Amino acid sequence: MDSTHALDGHAAHPAHIDTSTGLDSRKMAFWTFIGSECLLFGSLIATYMAYKGRSLKPPYPHDVTINGVHHEGVLNIPLTSISTFILLMSSVCMVIALYYVQRGERGRGTLWLLMTALGGSIFLGCQVFEFTNFYHETPVPLTLQSNLFGSTFFVLTGFHGAHVTVGVIYLITLAVMSHRGRLGPERALNVEIAGLYWHFVDVIWIVIFPLVYLIR
Amino acid sequence: MTSEMREIVHDQHAHPGLGFYLVIGVILLVFTGLEILGYIGETKNMYSSGAAAAIILVLSAAKFFSVVAYYMHLKFDNKLFTGIFVFPALLGCLVIGGMIMLFHVLHGEATAIHPTLTSNEAIHGAGTSPSPGPR
Repeated sequence: MDSTHALDGHAAHPAHIDTSTGLDSRKMAFWTFIGSECLLFGSLIATYMAYKGRSLKPPYPHDVTINGVHHEGVLNIPLTSISTFILLMSSVCMVIALYYVQRGERGRGTLWLLMTALGGSIFLGCQVFEFTNFYHETPVPLTLQSNLFGSTFFVLTGFHGAHVTVGVIYLITLAVMSHRGRLGPERALNVEIAGLYWHFVDVIWIVIFPLVYLIR
Repeated sequence: MTSEMREIVHDQHAHPGLGFYLVIGVILLVFTGLEILGYIGETKNMYSSGAAAAIILVLSAAKFFSVVAYYMHLKFDNKLFTGIFVFPALLGCLVIGGMIMLFHVLHGEATAIHPTLTSNEAIHGAGTSPSPGPR
């Protein structure tokens, strides 16, 4: 493991870039975009939390007994736990991909970009399976219109899933570029920005997973 | 040297090595495992739902800060990026906290003072009050 102590001095004198801030404009723009995404997901999570436990009819997310009638929860915690592990691992793959792209190791860079996209695809597959199960395998199908839980759950996790889908397409595009030799160390910032997006998607899931699945 | 090359040279010097990122990855996995154990403990009545929620929230906050600080490089990058991210993130947290306060904490007090404010049963009929629902 490299020491980070020497970095502090270096960070105090960052490489100068010819912009008014001395920082790369693309990175600045992307961080601004991520900031706006924080507000988007903040509002979606807030809506879910406001209506959490307010559904008047089943299906409910967790096992619950109301007026002596037991209702089985629909959320599949083991499956979602596995997909969460996979999404976290894809973030590690993204870091490795950036490491190799910055060092000009084209083959390894391409491989780890594809591994990251694969992780995202498996996560999406699990989500599609889960959504399909909610509709076909539960005693009362869970849809957007079923109850407050259905509406807020599908909007929140669906928006996240859409972001993962965009990320997978983004990563596959970068992998193809890398394979064709169009993503050398001089263009590593493209991968770093893709990494910011991917890690942000991961961070959002880090918030959604406990709030929706683990906390009753 | 192009601006991109300068950025890369800066990045290669400014960020820790691969081993460090792998250690963070292992920590993230361990914390996720502990979160799931927290959930399992609650379902088996080993501790209260409040305690489980606290454990899970602390672990997820640690994961959030680990990814943002190290994987998204905020710890090593210019502080302006931190400001651009933290300000809207805090606003988002305030909105979430405000909604939880309004709908789950202050809701009971409001209905106690003004019973007609959220009287579902008065509007939608008997048995539609949200109070018997799962919390």
